[in-house]
Amino acid sequence: MTSALAAAASATSTGEAVQFWLLGTVAVIGAFSTILMKRAVHSALSLAATMIVLAVFYLANGAYFLGIVQIVVYTGAIMMLFLFVVMLVGVTAADSLKETIKGQRWLAAGCGLGFGVLLIAGIGQASLRSFNGLGAANALHGGNVEGLANLIFTRYVFAFEITGALLITATVGAMLLTHRERTERAKTQRELSQERVRSGQVPPLPAPGVYARHNAVDIAGLLPDGTPSELTVMQTLRRRGQIRDVSDEALADLKALEQRSGERLGRAPADRAEASEGGAPKNHAEEGEEVAK
Amino acid sequence: MNPVNYLYLAALLFTIGASGVLIRRNAIVVFMCIELMLNACNLTLVTFSRMHGNLDGQILAFFTMVVAAAEVVVGLAIIVSLFRSRHSASVDDASLMKL
Amino acid sequence: MENLIALLVAAPLLGAAVLLCGGRRLDRSGHWIGTLLAAASFVIGAVLFTDMLGKGADDRALHQKLFSWIPVEGFQADVAFQLDQLSMTFVLLITGVGTLIHIYSIGYMEHDERRRRFFGFLNLFLAAMLLLVLADNYLLLYAGWEGVGLASYLLIGFWQHKPSAATAAKKAFLVNRVGDIGLSIAIMLMFTTFGTFAFGPVLGATGDASEGKLTAIGLMLLLAACGKSAQVPLQSWLGDAMEGPTPVSALIHAATMVTAGVYLIVRSGVIFNAAPDAQLVVAIVGAVTLLFGAIVGCAKDDIKKALAGSTMSQIGYMVLAAGLGPIGYVFAIMHLVTHGFFKAGLFLGAGSVMHGMNDEVDMRRYGGLRTYMPVTFVTFGLGYLAIIGFPGLSGFFSKDKIIEAAFAKGGTEGWILGSVALLGAAITAFYMTRVMLMTFFGQKRWQPDAEGREPHPHESPKSMTIPMIVLAFGSVFAGGFFSIGDRFLHWLEPVTGHDHGDAPISATTVTAATMVVLVIGVAVAWSVYGRKPVPAVAPRGSLLTRAARRDLLQDDFNHVVLVRGGEHLTRSLVYVDHTLVDGVVNGTAASMGGLSGRLRKLQNGYARTYAVSMFGGTAVLIAATLLMRAV
Repeated sequence: MTSALAAAASATSTGEAVQFWLLGTVAVIGAFSTILMKRAVHSALSLAATMIVLAVFYLANGAYFLGIVQIVVYTGAIMMLFLFVVMLVGVTAADSLKETIKGQRWLAAGCGLGFGVLLIAGIGQASLRSFNGLGAANALHGGNVEGLANLIFTRYVFAFEITGALLITATVGAMLLTHRERTERAKTQRELSQERVRSGQVPPLPAPGVYARHNAVDIAGLLPDGTPSELTVMQTLRRRGQIRDVSDEALADLKALEQRSGERLGRAPADRAEASEGGAPKNHAEEGEEVAK
Repeated sequence: MNPVNYLYLAALLFTIGASGVLIRRNAIVVFMCIELMLNACNLTLVTFSRMHGNLDGQILAFFTMVVAAAEVVVGLAIIVSLFRSRHSASVDDASLMKL
Repeated sequence: MENLIALLVAAPLLGAAVLLCGGRRLDRSGHWIGTLLAAASFVIGAVLFTDMLGKGADDRALHQKLFSWIPVEGFQADVAFQLDQLSMTFVLLITGVGTLIHIYSIGYMEHDERRRRFFGFLNLFLAAMLLLVLADNYLLLYAGWEGVGLASYLLIGFWQHKPSAATAAKKAFLVNRVGDIGLSIAIMLMFTTFGTFAFGPVLGATGDASEGKLTAIGLMLLLAACGKSAQVPLQSWLGDAMEGPTPVSALIHAATMVTAGVYLIVRSGVIFNAAPDAQLVVAIVGAVTLLFGAIVGCAKDDIKKALAGSTMSQIGYMVLAAGLGPIGYVFAIMHLVTHGFFKAGLFLGAGSVMHGMNDEVDMRRYGGLRTYMPVTFVTFGLGYLAIIGFPGLSGFFSKDKIIEAAFAKGGTEGWILGSVALLGAAITAFYMTRVMLMTFFGQKRWQPDAEGREPHPHESPKSMTIPMIVLAFGSVFAGGFFSIGDRFLHWLEPVTGHDHGDAPISATTVTAATMVVLVIGVAVAWSVYGRKPVPAVAPRGSLLTRAARRDLLQDDFNHVVLVRGGEHLTRSLVYVDHTLVDGVVNGTAASMGGLSGRLRKLQNGYARTYAVSMFGGTAVLIAATLLMRAV
């Protein structure tokens, strides 16, 4: 196994070529998906795929340690961090890909095209026909990991220490950035209950969901008059504007129910007009929608 | 197969990442694109390492990963606090530098 | 003796200071103080004169250094006086005629409530003029020169409640400034050429300087003289200066101010001798002014303006003589002195007539005054005979000499200048006879003045008639006294030098020719104004007459050329400033503003836009690297 890997590191086999062309395609598709997907979650997943492909390429290039670290640290830790933040910010929110800055897209496309062409031209111009392979370097200290360790703890030890300091600083910085200082005393339970009574909103809050057909957390509960109460939806969703308003559906359902029962009981159509809820609740619903937007 | 193809691939990925930075408004996606660019660089470094038969390139890639990790931590913290104050993760909303 | 020189200037200066600073308590005695101090100056001058006569011709010049004015190394300016025969002549003329005019003013200004101030100004005028003629360097002369300008401004505009007087004063001042610039430039040129201003060193060193420089200095001095002496082209102020009280006119025209230019040219004679071009220009200016003034004098109905034209013409004679070089210097000064007598007499006579005629100045409203004002008639008549050159009287001798000298200049110039002088003599005879006939002969054409008061012509008080009588004596006898035995020539020759020239025709011929033109002039005037009654309203007259009534269009010329031209120049400069200069400046600012406005749009605050520029920059860098590689 070791010898096979060493051979892979020093020469390119047909297998590696096949692997490159297959996985390379995947990587490029993943990269494009990353920048073109509307939802951040999809972007993150595409990126993760690209990264895993890159990990395989690292392994193929003889960088065993980095290949594993790529999977564990990047795909495992950093991308998870990304996903956490995506969840925090709103997992379902789809970005509009419509450009708002005039000319930005053309400029970006022009710059990207020019940059890529120039870069590839530069690489093509360079004479990189022959290469040495990593077999000897990896074998020198008894393996890739040992070889890296030997370098890290000798020649690059200061840089290594400094990256440690950098990580600590980053950690502290992240905490500092996300930390919110409490500017007032935390209210006791008694004070909270008194406040609630004074505000007129007597607990418990109306439960979310309508007629037990919708019990999703993003659907506002209806007040007795049929209007949705945003209070029933959790704060985070409210902030994101991710409240679904189903009062219209509920009223339509009610209407349909009444119609059906009316048909069954043989009531006059005149009564049906009286039975219909009229414009008021509908207007409320529209207002609610606007608020949500 | 010529390992130079890895370099072409890296260049392609880098360019795609850079274009993503330019056209996406969502700060998180922008950040992901930056990660993509970093990864493209890492691929280059690893390929060079193999070409020269030298482990220094891998060391450099390793350090890049460390720095990227630190950068992600701080960057995401910034995005979170930005979202908290503005309820938006759009980089265009934070255009206070405008006159 | 030389210590007395400063007192000549100090006495009238003290008078001016006392009268102007003394306040109302001197109102009742001020005129006496002024007159006494002017007379004191005359007495000192007379003492110095007798002392000077007692010395030999070559050591008559006196010097007095009062103090060092600007004691700077390489720029030594002293307040120092020089009294030689030339200065002495002027001192006696200024103080003598000046004192007589002071005495006359006592009567003339009797009813003016600002009489004290008037006498203060008169004293200041005398002091400045004496400083001018006594200075031993050009810088001090310049101080006196400016003092004369100031005093003339104050006196011409003495009746400042009249807008015309105020305007006339301003006009005189401004026109004089033009001449003053010439003098200051001449002094600067002298300093750069000779390194000093003192008469002695400057005039002694003319041989060392180039002719071009001397010509420049001479022309600048001529410009100065034109300003003060009312020569073409700076003559326009003289006619308007008649707005001042009549004694002021007499003072300006006879004793001070207009003579300053002649003095300056004669004093700087050495420079002009060394610069023949400048000298020729002086003669031409004199000749032109001579005719100009005479023609203007023919057309004016205002008695004072007619006399003003006459002054211009007579000063033209003097400048012409001064422009002839050593041939004419002495005669220029001699005519100046005799002119001082008869012109002062004429002006005082005119003032006396106005005094009796409710300040009427239009000669067409006079007529037949000889029986009502006998003293004035006789003195004015003697002055008239003197100025036209009636044989035996002052003007006959002095003017005749100038005409002779003009012919003696030689060559074509001599003929032309001499003929002009002769023609001038004829015109002089004409217009003076016209004044005489219109004023004292013919029928009464009196008219009530603006307030409806009928004029009651009467003889003036003694304080006015006595000076007139004294001046009439001067008019009659001065010329003969000077000329017989060439007294004046010998007196002044050591200072100015003399040259007989080479006259193409004999003196007798010239005198005879002068007599002929004199008779022609008088006859023509009599045929027009004596034989038939003078119309009370001026006839329309020929084109020349109308032009002469308007001072030969000198003001129109100034207005069109200087005022309008200046306005157009200014306007075009303003236009250039507005469009070109401001256009460049504002255009730069506007284009910068516009450019910045466009560039500002690049700074839209979007991080992505900035990222594009970074990315594009990176691409450019790669391209540059590849290009360098390729090369």
